[in-house]
Amino acid sequence: MQPFGILAAAACPLPLANLDTDQLIPARFMSRPRSAGYGDFLLHDLRRGADGALRPDFPLNRPERAGAAILVARRNFGSGSSREAAAYALLDGGIRCVLAPSFGDIFASNAVNNGLLPARLAEEQVETLLAWLEEGGREVTVDLLACSVAAGSHRWGFAIDPVWRTKLLNGWSDVDLTLSHAAEIEAFMAADRSARPWAWLDGAAGD
Amino acid sequence: MAGATARTLFDKVWDAHAILTREDGQSLLLIDRHFFHEGSHHAFNQLKARGAAVAQPSQNIGVADHYVPTRGRGGAIADASIGHMVRQLSENAARHGIRLFGLDNPDQGIVHVVGPEQGLTLPGLTIVCGDSHTSTHGAFGTIAFGIGASEVAHVLMTQTLWQRRPGRMRVTVEGRPGPGIGAKDIALSIIARIGADGAQGHAVEYAGSAIRGLSIEGRMTLCNLSIESGARCGMVAPDGMTLDYLRGRPFAPQGTAFDRAAEAWLALPGDPSATFDREVAMDAAEIAPIVTWGVSPEDALPITATLPDPERITDPARAAQVRDGLDYMGLRPGQRLTEIAVDRVFIGSCTNSRIEDLRAAAAVLAGRRARIPGLVSPGSTPVKRQAEEEGLDRIFREAGLEWVEAGCSMCVGMNGDLLAPGERCASTTNRNFRGRQGKGSRTHLMSPAMAAAAAVTGHLADVRPLLAGRA
Repeated sequence: MQPFGILAAAACPLPLANLDTDQLIPARFMSRPRSAGYGDFLLHDLRRGADGALRPDFPLNRPERAGAAILVARRNFGSGSSREAAAYALLDGGIRCVLAPSFGDIFASNAVNNGLLPARLAEEQVETLLAWLEEGGREVTVDLLACSVAAGSHRWGFAIDPVWRTKLLNGWSDVDLTLSHAAEIEAFMAADRSARPWAWLDGAAGD
Repeated sequence: MAGATARTLFDKVWDAHAILTREDGQSLLLIDRHFFHEGSHHAFNQLKARGAAVAQPSQNIGVADHYVPTRGRGGAIADASIGHMVRQLSENAARHGIRLFGLDNPDQGIVHVVGPEQGLTLPGLTIVCGDSHTSTHGAFGTIAFGIGASEVAHVLMTQTLWQRRPGRMRVTVEGRPGPGIGAKDIALSIIARIGADGAQGHAVEYAGSAIRGLSIEGRMTLCNLSIESGARCGMVAPDGMTLDYLRGRPFAPQGTAFDRAAEAWLALPGDPSATFDREVAMDAAEIAPIVTWGVSPEDALPITATLPDPERITDPARAAQVRDGLDYMGLRPGQRLTEIAVDRVFIGSCTNSRIEDLRAAAAVLAGRRARIPGLVSPGSTPVKRQAEEEGLDRIFREAGLEWVEAGCSMCVGMNGDLLAPGERCASTTNRNFRGRQGKGSRTHLMSPAMAAAAAVTGHLADVRPLLAGRA
């Protein structure tokens, strides 16, 4: 996983609340292997008209947002389905960071597990940032070390779970860390088998 | 921590699964059950890339539901890519020696119906699945939640998961709901009240006399929709009704082993002095049959209401959301909900496809004809058999609705059960997101009884008059 440090990039406003993961990637694209690339599916049905052509008025399709690596959206971004493909579509579509007042829990966790930063700004700050972008603002700097966002003359601190921050800064995945606790896990499971035999399906239950 | 001795239901289950807790607040939790469906291919590919094995194969259970066809079972699957998804699930389960409720299994169904039905879901467990409606299993007093593919891979490889302890929230509903009001109406009323992110970062416990009065199936519908208010999970404390439901189920402990387990389960309800970080209280008597009108489950109103007018909303973000919702749904501000004509009805999904749901719909449809086409997909093959024994399938067919096999079907449309662009559906499912039931589809969420009412009238309708004089 690619570590996240400081990102200075074009930002794109998406002034929508409750932007659910069905919008980030419609279900019909999720049977493909990740290696095939998910970028073309990002916000597919919002970005495209009925004929499949890109809608010129959709923010992400506007020429001034070309190369955007940061999205700015309203509350409850990534709510809904647990599909990690939503994070794949964002990353493969070039997005490394989403700034919003709040995120769906499962989406945020999936984002972090893939090196995508879900950074929380206050609702008023998001509204200010959306307005700044609409007025011609373009590049935003997101600094994960300082937990800060800079846009023009605006400077704000953003919120992120400190554990997620460490994971993102280092590009860590959890599995190796977990496996380093193998002895504790094994001991816990052994004790649990006698305390709660019904919880274990290879035991006597179900016969 | 204040009140460390008085614990909630959630605390008790969490504490029993915390293998270790780091100073930064992350706990490594033992996972008792991991269910997976066809969408697990991303996670199994991660295992393959690492050359990793499944740590505890017997604690993992595969279920074919998201992509399975609901018609023409028994032969080859006509659509090659769908056939590939179903086959890939079987191959991954077989490769790792994991139990599978596959397409041809007589107990196949939707994962959140199959787990409880088979007694795989038991009180006090931790249950995860790569599906956000895993919250359903909380009806038994479990910590159950949806996870993404990387977490699925982590659980497969370690049978554990890192989590931060969420906040504790209690939603108390007291009183007796009126006739024709079900768990779906309670759940949508809660979401409308607190918002689609109202429970974000919290584990919700549902309490109060109206909740205790719900059947186990009703509690599953309620907990199923916890994710639609953004909750980490939803739970109901186990009680005598929970034990009655589980006794004799195939994978539940049997005989004296059941009695020993039951003793532990009945000690799970929270201590009376335990406190919550947030409390929400509602009166069951004020809950009416409710439907959604927009593109978020929070856009829900009693069937007697009229649609909101964005011009009269002062908050610009909320006004924009209402305007977008009405526009997508093809509706006008101020329109009465009961004036909205519907093209199609869908009864099914992990939210409302159990036997009681089918009975509630059949009670409205019996002896009546639907004015619009519709699909009824039972939650599992055993539910289908039971419904047929009770003659419910005949009622649906005689009403003009199609009676098909079990699966996620038109809730998410991955198997090809889709609405046409612009079509409007009265649906017992869980999400009214744009395009959820097919590109350009328009979904109104409601209870099975209300979906049946929409079927027989051809528009959104109050089911209560249609129940007059019926049992």
